[in-house]
Amino acid sequence: MIKKARRTARAAGVACVLTLALGLTACGSSDSGTDGAGDPQAALEKGGTITVWAWEPTLKQVAKDFEAEHPKVKVKLVNAGTGDDQYKALQNAISAGSGVPDVAQIEYYALGQFSLAKSLTDLSGRGAGKLASSYSPGPWNAVEDGGKVYALPMDSGPMALFYNKDVFDKHHIKVPATWDEYVEAARKLHKADPHAYIANDTGDAGFTTSLIWQAGGRPYGVKGTDVSIDFSDAGTTTYTKTWQKLLDDDLLAPVSSWSDEWYKGLSDGTIATLATGAWMPANLVSGAPDAAGSWRAAPLPQWKAGDPASAENGGSSLAIPEKSGKKDLAYAFLEYADAGAGVKSRIKNGAFPATTADLKSKEFLDATFDYFGGQQANKVFAESAANVADDWSYLPFQAYANSIFNDKVGKAYSSGTRLADGLTQWQDASRTYGTEQGFNVGK
Amino acid sequence: MTTLSPPATAGRPAPPPRGPHRRRAWVGWGFVGPFVAVFALVFLAPIAYSVYLSLFRAQLVGGTSFVGLDNYSRAMQDPQFWSALGRVSLFLLIQVPVMLGLALLVALAVDSGRLHGRNFFRIAIFLPYAVPAVVASLMWAFMYGTRFGLVGNINDTFGVSLPDPLSPGLILASIGNIVTWEFMGYNMLIFYAALRVIPHSLYEAAEIDGAGQLRVITAIKLPAIRGALVVATIFSIIGSFQLFNEPSILQNLAPNAITTYFTPNFYTYSLAFSGQQHNYAATVAILMGIFTMIIAYAVQLRGMRKEA
Repeated sequence: MIKKARRTARAAGVACVLTLALGLTACGSSDSGTDGAGDPQAALEKGGTITVWAWEPTLKQVAKDFEAEHPKVKVKLVNAGTGDDQYKALQNAISAGSGVPDVAQIEYYALGQFSLAKSLTDLSGRGAGKLASSYSPGPWNAVEDGGKVYALPMDSGPMALFYNKDVFDKHHIKVPATWDEYVEAARKLHKADPHAYIANDTGDAGFTTSLIWQAGGRPYGVKGTDVSIDFSDAGTTTYTKTWQKLLDDDLLAPVSSWSDEWYKGLSDGTIATLATGAWMPANLVSGAPDAAGSWRAAPLPQWKAGDPASAENGGSSLAIPEKSGKKDLAYAFLEYADAGAGVKSRIKNGAFPATTADLKSKEFLDATFDYFGGQQANKVFAESAANVADDWSYLPFQAYANSIFNDKVGKAYSSGTRLADGLTQWQDASRTYGTEQGFNVGK
Repeated sequence: MTTLSPPATAGRPAPPPRGPHRRRAWVGWGFVGPFVAVFALVFLAPIAYSVYLSLFRAQLVGGTSFVGLDNYSRAMQDPQFWSALGRVSLFLLIQVPVMLGLALLVALAVDSGRLHGRNFFRIAIFLPYAVPAVVASLMWAFMYGTRFGLVGNINDTFGVSLPDPLSPGLILASIGNIVTWEFMGYNMLIFYAALRVIPHSLYEAAEIDGAGQLRVITAIKLPAIRGALVVATIFSIIGSFQLFNEPSILQNLAPNAITTYFTPNFYTYSLAFSGQQHNYAATVAILMGIFTMIIAYAVQLRGMRKEA
């Protein structure tokens, strides 16, 4: 035991020397250690620079306002990639012990991986524990675990169907209320215009799990380190049966989300719908400005007519890495952006909040979206949020599982493998990884 | 030269060198020292650290434990590792000969003196090498696009439907095309430089003997640049085994054609940064280093034997 400890120390020494050779200062511990929560007010007056890694567009204004309010504080907002790319960079920085941001945007599904490895600061001692009632239960459950709070919810993603009204009107297509109608609409549209598709999909783990969630499937079970993964339940089958039809008839544009082609498709009407989280409008405004006025929001199509169900897709939080050197300042920013004045500014710019007070306010519900031709889209989103079943859980290693989704399920999109078989392979690979990582994996 | 070391007498060990000898030895170290220190720090230490890492296993639950050579035996049975290795081997067997063949052809053409605008060709063919691999991949990726890219435009304009270069079946060939475009000029320059140092008297002698151009190439030029050919081949082998930039950029556009274990390097990257399996990633990296060394060394031995 002692021998091993010494070995580790030596390894750390080697790492230190290597890091020093590269001209970085990383050795020794910064102010962290056990989390002595300081006084954020004092930190704000003292000033300093904090680095924030986030890709959410409305944070830009929040950072500006925060700086204006606290002239001695500088917020360095860095886009270190979207989703998985950012988590790779963050994991990398945490392992290396240098270049770790003071605040990082982390989607709910990926929080488990970082909190499990004790890479995130517990915020409960800083007053975050008292914020529980300020947030919707779904997002709050995602950031809280056993009395510890690992992040503050920034936005939530109750799903809705965004659709290009101009394209639908042009081809006299009715907005689908069920997924069966959606398939019909897809056929009709693609027949009328071979360049146009109802949606793009090249295999997206988050989207797939969200639709399974909506269909009532619960493939993941998590209890501490006991994990179960099973993609053969009824909800999953409901999803695969319908989606397989779209794949079989080539009714989905082979374009990956967030690519240049995708934004072009959203702008020019060749991608006619987008079933995604309510955080999307801000991205549409910045990514497809030419299509302003064409898009509308509608409730997510249902699996069973007359039985409204919804799911969350994405939604993210702001967390403070354990290795941040400026936790007091970082928390002040967190509170400002996720619970304070920043929330209003973000809502104004199209973000979808996780704070209940804002979700219920008349001002929020009555807000009109110029991009959606003056539609009061928040009403659609708020209704969706009310229909989300809250018994869903993600794996503690969901970020990794999602990163291998296309290895396994991708074949269903590119070369005729059945979607259900792809999901079974994904399930097996996830189980194998879970076992390797020391989890107690069951079915 | 007189003897530097005294002859060893039977039964008595030779006395150790003393006085000026020893001091001289230390002076030598003084000169070599800075180099050795930097070499140890930036070359040996990382390798040693990787080897050290590869003997452990870190789990999300349960922490780090010493596992000896377990990671190595796991790699030997890992179908994803072998499929990655198989893929780059296939790439090596097809792309490298094509690229070096083209480079040689161009070098011979430029060297022949029968080409109009020789300098222009030389620069034009070398230019892609100056484009960073990431930029080159992005550029080609846009051209490969079947919706808005060049391929898409050709399809629309001529009403044809070309196969999708980013589909799983063609992606390796598409990457081969990018790599050939990038590195042909570089190899051409190596060959061309070797061709320029061939003494002119040999060509004159060949002319007197009545040798044609083809004979000059096979009897004089090719044997003379064998060394350059071997060097270029070894570089290309190493480059193939280290294939990373191109698949990594194209993955965003073709997520279902490029798996997270597409090439050994890409696999190492995914293991370390998505899977947090740093120990296993180190193992795969070390194994790949050994494989590359063996194959490059074999090629070098073979090349030298022919030369002799």
